[in-house]
Amino acid sequence: MSLEVAVAAALFVGVIAYAVLGGADFGSGFFDLTAGSSRRGAELRTLVDHSIGPVWEANHVWLIYVLVIWWTGFPESFAAAMSTLVLPLLFALLGIVLRGASFAFRKYAETLGQARLFGIVFAASSIITPFFLGTVAGAIASGRVPMDGAGDRWSSWVNPTSLFGGLIAVGTCAFLAGTFLVADAERSGNHRLAGEIRARALAVGLVTGALVFAALLPIDHDAPTLAAGLEGRAAPLVVLAALAGVATTYLLWTRRYGVARITAVLAVAAVVSGWGVGQYPWLLVDEVTIHDAAGATATLQGLLVAVGLAVVAVVPPLAYLFRLTQSEEWTRADH
Amino acid sequence: MLSAHVLALATAEPAGLLPAREQMALSLGWHIVLACFGVAFPAMIFVMHLRGIRRNDPVALGLAQRWAKVSAVLFAIGAVSGTVLSFEMGVLWPGLMGTYGDVLGLPFAFEGLAFFLEAIFLGIYLYGWNRMPPKRHVLMVLPMAVTGIIGAYCVLAVNAWMNVPTGFRLVDGEVTDVEPWKVLFNGHAFLQFAHMWVGAYMLTGFSVAGVYAVGMLRGRRDAHHRLGFMVPFVFASIAAVTQPFVGHVLGFGLDERQPAKLAAFELAETTESPSPLRLGGILVDGEVKYSIDIPRLGSLIAMNSPDKPVPGLDTIPEEDHPPVNMTHLAFQTMVGIGTLLAGAVVLFWFLRRRGRDLLEKRWFLRFAAIAGPLAVVALEAGWIATEVGRQPWIVYDVMRTTDAVGDYTASLWWLLGTSVVVYTAMTVGAVVVLRSMARRWRDGAVDLPSPYAPATATTAGEDHR
Repeated sequence: MSLEVAVAAALFVGVIAYAVLGGADFGSGFFDLTAGSSRRGAELRTLVDHSIGPVWEANHVWLIYVLVIWWTGFPESFAAAMSTLVLPLLFALLGIVLRGASFAFRKYAETLGQARLFGIVFAASSIITPFFLGTVAGAIASGRVPMDGAGDRWSSWVNPTSLFGGLIAVGTCAFLAGTFLVADAERSGNHRLAGEIRARALAVGLVTGALVFAALLPIDHDAPTLAAGLEGRAAPLVVLAALAGVATTYLLWTRRYGVARITAVLAVAAVVSGWGVGQYPWLLVDEVTIHDAAGATATLQGLLVAVGLAVVAVVPPLAYLFRLTQSEEWTRADH
Repeated sequence: MLSAHVLALATAEPAGLLPAREQMALSLGWHIVLACFGVAFPAMIFVMHLRGIRRNDPVALGLAQRWAKVSAVLFAIGAVSGTVLSFEMGVLWPGLMGTYGDVLGLPFAFEGLAFFLEAIFLGIYLYGWNRMPPKRHVLMVLPMAVTGIIGAYCVLAVNAWMNVPTGFRLVDGEVTDVEPWKVLFNGHAFLQFAHMWVGAYMLTGFSVAGVYAVGMLRGRRDAHHRLGFMVPFVFASIAAVTQPFVGHVLGFGLDERQPAKLAAFELAETTESPSPLRLGGILVDGEVKYSIDIPRLGSLIAMNSPDKPVPGLDTIPEEDHPPVNMTHLAFQTMVGIGTLLAGAVVLFWFLRRRGRDLLEKRWFLRFAAIAGPLAVVALEAGWIATEVGRQPWIVYDVMRTTDAVGDYTASLWWLLGTSVVVYTAMTVGAVVVLRSMARRWRDGAVDLPSPYAPATATTAGEDHR
């Protein structure tokens, strides 16, 4: 593996991690929004609060990780994408800001009215953020981001591949969140709530699965390079995504929530990796390859040092945090 | 004549430059206040929490727990407003990032690493109350204090690089021989970091202490308020008396690094030997007006010499001049407030050693209450001084800000308008929530259960301690 590809791989690991971990946090907004009236939705909203509260900020950092590695490792392509895709990126950013702020505000809101206001902002922005990030992925994957940064500021992301990308992002986030929340509800002993989430997670899973495979049709002529990759090199990942998706549905159906989380993560990671492997070796499809987009060699080496340090310094505490949140003491109600 | 001049300026500048600048100023100026809390608050929480455990002091423990909850709100809006900056680097300044992304990027990678650890330990610490052994729990704050140092250093390393670029060569307009580690460890980074780090402790310390000063002014003079005031005030005091020295050392050699910035700081239109210290004053049509000049002091302070002159703006080509008046006034605002705060804490501790407690004096409590906002103003003014003073360069002597800005029309003002609305809403939201938390704590609440779950809160919200 060349130095450039190694850095690109490290970058893409960040994309997958953000899609899975950050995605599950965003997806919980869907369940929050559809939880019903204040009284009926109180339990579910408390569960959402409790599930993502300790981890959302850490999961959010994956996005920063991706941005920083991108602009440091492949600076010109970063500038090009940011210039062409300024609109969906700013919409996603607005969602990120509103989501984080209103989530924190809601937790400590004094009145029900305030909590409702912050809650609606939190839930709605949790849905629009993955949508716009998905359109960004679609724009890059369909070759609509020219290297000079002068791509059309609208048609670059308002097109079949981008729109499917956006919808798939929203769907996968909600699907992941559903499997995580149902497991959390079950572990805290609330079987009724778990059953409620299970039904919705199943519906979301079926819709999202249908979306992923329906998207293959328009992609065929809208994004031929990606389509060729998906049918060729990335085909095993597409198959894996399908199998893991079906398995998750089956496991949710049979109420084996613990294992369902693993297959759900696998399914989403396979979809996202399918995109990455499918467009390899392009960084910006049909415009610039990973090799040609790479910045200075010394910087790429430095980045790998930083990534290595991250593996040593960040992964253990991150695992500790996740282990704590899944433990008995942390599952019981908040103080 | 004047309108022709304005027109010439307007056509020379890209339409997106001014809104991009204002956008960056707003988002950076807003974030930096929260960044200070991110850097300095964990250490104060740690000291308070440790005191609570060591001395079995319920007052200290209560304060630490409240501060942790406050930091949950502040760090959340700090994290999202920091993300705004990551996006803006590319969206607003593609010319800078496309050309120099691989030169200046490595420090950001390490900053990201530090932020990662900070976010992880924040999650563990906030949700660890009553769920972990206390002695292990208190240690979970410590990494946040350390990552605050690393993160601040890395960001300041990039800013120092913008002031004193290094670690690359320009050959026929192409960037070559990139040495990213030289950027991370550039010679100017440490002093700039020190200045900001100490500033963060001043801002946070005075702000938190000010909250309890207001409480004492309203007659709440219990142990809770005295301790809540004292711990952050000690941090702020040490920082405030250190800062003038750090700032002074940081200024050494500015006449060679960035003569235009120094000339603007000192309002030196012409080169005078010895240079006076100009208090206040503005430049009108190339002439200094309304200033109070103290002879020789300018040479002494800025040049460390009785007669070495501050190089005047007349030695620098017109097109390389920064906006002089804004730079000068911002710089002196920072120095003025910094000096005032340093003097006030020296007076406080001097009198305290002599057995007089200024906390008994209402005038001092009033001053302590506004010391936090004053420190915010000083910090913002300092950033305005150094950033505006570097103009027209984004990377000093290498890239002009006009060449860095993205290709935007005046429609970029819409972004600024939206941002003003969003940031205002976020500020109002934070103030409303934090004030309501304080009110409920005063009324005796401890847990602050979520209001949208009345049923669950009463059944499951019992305290397990």
